[in-house]
Amino acid sequence: MTTITESYVRETPRAARIDWSPYLVGAGIGLLSWIAFAVFGDPLGVTTAYSRVASLFAVPVIGPEAVAQNSYWKSMPLKWDYGVWFLVGIPAGALLSAVMSGTWRLELVPDVWKERFGPSIAKRFVGAFLGGIVIMYGARLAGGCTSGHGISGGLQLAVSSWLFLAVMFATGLGISALMFRNR
Amino acid sequence: MTAMMTILGPVLMGAAFGFLLQRGKVTNCNVIENQFRLRDFTVLKVMGTAIVVGGLGVLLLVDTGNTKYYVKDANMLAVALGAALFGVGMVVYGYCPGTALGAIATGSVHALVGALGMVAGAVLYALSFDWLKAHVLNVWTLGKVRLPDVTNIPDIVWFAALAVGAGLFFWWVESAEARRKRI
Repeated sequence: MTTITESYVRETPRAARIDWSPYLVGAGIGLLSWIAFAVFGDPLGVTTAYSRVASLFAVPVIGPEAVAQNSYWKSMPLKWDYGVWFLVGIPAGALLSAVMSGTWRLELVPDVWKERFGPSIAKRFVGAFLGGIVIMYGARLAGGCTSGHGISGGLQLAVSSWLFLAVMFATGLGISALMFRNR
Repeated sequence: MTAMMTILGPVLMGAAFGFLLQRGKVTNCNVIENQFRLRDFTVLKVMGTAIVVGGLGVLLLVDTGNTKYYVKDANMLAVALGAALFGVGMVVYGYCPGTALGAIATGSVHALVGALGMVAGAVLYALSFDWLKAHVLNVWTLGKVRLPDVTNIPDIVWFAALAVGAGLFFWWVESAEARRKRI
């Protein structure tokens, strides 16, 4: 009897052990937005702060002079403001949740990618790196990401954010259909 | 006290956000890829609920004078181009910037590689900022407008339509998922 239960627990896919409803999670993020607006006056967002931090990494590449002279970083200098501390919190909270739910696991190549492109770690890393470049360039050009535009802007009924949501999902569906077309 | 508030406040907000993202399974690359392949609707469920719940609360907070709107500029060309790149990047990377930060802390090594790509993307954006400002950022600008402003349809009607639309859509998704499970 116990052996059956134990093997069942061991074989349950780890993702299936998180049993919070996505609607509950969405409502929680909505509630978090109320606090962000009312208490901090700073809607949830990621990439504005991310590009502030990126200027640190740019210093050894293009030199401190070029960073200081850059007109974008002049308008958005590195400072430890609300947004940057918010970024520090995200991995901390995710780690806590993963440890509590027993879903922490080392992932080098995700299953969906493996099914389509094989188990090569190098291939996945190149894909992730290139995807990272494109997504961040796009986020900065649009002025926000899935959090800043998608959720915070979407809930304010901002014209810019709904345009972002529509175009983002449309191109995402298109490129996904191309990328996974052989299956 | 103020130092506590300016550091601990955003760190806790970020941690709550990261915790919710992980519990909502959206820090899992497979879940995000399968949304764009229309095989898993978790991402839309989380975002849709967050927008409706968050939006109604923020509307009430604005109406009672407890906060204001923080709308991003509707630079329509830049937002459309940026969102298109974002959609491509999100499918190739398998994360958006916020969920990527959460995923790194839950053991996803390829998310970390992509995060370095995101740093490169932010640096490239800063380097091309002057050109973009001259040629892209100021094309077809509407300012900080909201859908109720440009359509003359009141906020509450927008949210009623969103809530009913999302409700019907999720009801349809849930019944389709239940059917698939039975087979």
